[in-house]
Amino acid sequence: MKKGHRSSILIIVALLLLVLLPAYISSSSYTIILISNILMYVVMAESWVIFSGPTGYISLAPAAFFGVGVYSSAILGEVLPLPVVILVGGIASFILAYLVGSATLRLKGMYFTMFTFGLVELIRNLVHWWEVNVTGTVGRLIASEDPLVVFYAMVVIFLAVLAVSWLIGRSKFGLALRGIGESEEAAAHSGVNVDRVKAVSFGVSAFFMGLTGATMCWRWSYIDPTTAFNMQYSFMPVLMAIFGGMGHLYGPVIGATIFALLEELLTTKFPYYYMLIFGLTMIVVIRFMSSGLEGVIEKWRKVGKGGAEGVAHDAGKR
Amino acid sequence: MNILEIEGLCKYFGGLSAAAGVDLHVAEGEIVGLIGPNGAGKTTVFNLVSGALVPDSGSIRFKGIAIEGRKPHEIRRRGIARTFQAVKVFSNMSTLDNVLLGHLFGGAEQQAMTDSARRETEEILEFVGLKGMKETRARDLILANQKRLEVARALAARPHLLLLDEVMAGLTPTEVASSMDLVKKIRETGVTVFMIEHVMKAIMSICDRIVVLHHGEKIAEGTAQEIVQNRTVIEVYLGE
Repeated sequence: MKKGHRSSILIIVALLLLVLLPAYISSSSYTIILISNILMYVVMAESWVIFSGPTGYISLAPAAFFGVGVYSSAILGEVLPLPVVILVGGIASFILAYLVGSATLRLKGMYFTMFTFGLVELIRNLVHWWEVNVTGTVGRLIASEDPLVVFYAMVVIFLAVLAVSWLIGRSKFGLALRGIGESEEAAAHSGVNVDRVKAVSFGVSAFFMGLTGATMCWRWSYIDPTTAFNMQYSFMPVLMAIFGGMGHLYGPVIGATIFALLEELLTTKFPYYYMLIFGLTMIVVIRFMSSGLEGVIEKWRKVGKGGAEGVAHDAGKR
Repeated sequence: MNILEIEGLCKYFGGLSAAAGVDLHVAEGEIVGLIGPNGAGKTTVFNLVSGALVPDSGSIRFKGIAIEGRKPHEIRRRGIARTFQAVKVFSNMSTLDNVLLGHLFGGAEQQAMTDSARRETEEILEFVGLKGMKETRARDLILANQKRLEVARALAARPHLLLLDEVMAGLTPTEVASSMDLVKKIRETGVTVFMIEHVMKAIMSICDRIVVLHHGEKIAEGTAQEIVQNRTVIEVYLGE
């Protein structure tokens, strides 16, 4: 626990720097947009881990929840104040995830993953159909918001997702989630209402993805189903979480940050080899660092303390 | 009074009848053994009672209330806890967390994660003989202790009926002896025990009553003495 406190303090200090940063470099909106973009991936990865980390259910649905957030924002942005719009995006995603989760979380392993993959396509096509047949438009125009507003909204969402992840990791609910990941059958026979716990945590995870979508919507001036429900928003958080590690709070944070910076660097410096280098990095990480960057960091910490007995058993409490 | 009453219980897997009209009961405070050859349907009966499977027909009453077809967590909260033939501990969690989960979720009333919940959990660990191992990861325990851990998790939140599915299988003779003591100790705390076992020595010496299943049907029932002398049981199971 003490270890956890120290890393939490580190994270908070880093956060303060982050919030103060734009004040010093306000001349560069590029930096602010870049950091917002990183925060977007950090929140997506961190919230993905809330459900998929402990339970081991690999969801490829983040793009669906992100897109629902984007569309909520696009539809309501003109009529409601910004914080309310963002919240509606989150709640809409929560409800969708809860309903879908209740119906499909019986599916195990690959079947669940395939379903979530299909869900993104289903909703994308549904929205497309609705636009063509009901509203008679394709896509929507959006009145963009000041990048600084988007940035601060993302900082708040980032703090919220960290706080919620931390609380879940130490709660009875988190214990049940880990139990489900270890043995769903044993958890059910120990009194855990597994269907509900899974559906609720799937919903909580989707809530933050919806908030993120509703916020990031403002950096575009035009959206359509292909932008909003881009599979990139499903694959990237998963890869980032695996890259960073899922046993601690900071895992997805560093994973997403490094990944997003890498993406930025590679697309600008090596546009032709970007995907190739990206893929190779992924293979190396998955093959040689099974617990992600976090595993390497934890090993160093242990060696520093003179005991290298492997990963602590409370990993997963985050 | 009968804590568990099963009548005409049937469960088919395709054309195979795993339970074909089983009638049996367990009285409060008893230790009842369920024996029979492999594939006789013993574990199926446990799965039906604990809610892992839904019966095709028949009734299961716990303290007079019908529970057949209910969800596993509902049945657990009503007071029926179980262990598994192939151990299903939460491998990467500490022994304390394994039992804590049962304690917090397994009771009729939901518990909060407090220090007193942890203390009660530690008491259960001590009761089953896992004192001093609360921080050990479950996967690092030897088989005998993993089985004890499953018993501890099942005992958390004080169930009224404990279903033990081969807790002694794969243990050394010394471990079997201490496991037998544990089962007796559990009964002394007021918990009714219904157990599947292949270790005959254990079943004969600790069970008040034994039920024998064969091809999903009950072929005999009685005290250990009656069972060892029963012609049908000798033919299909015990041998000459």
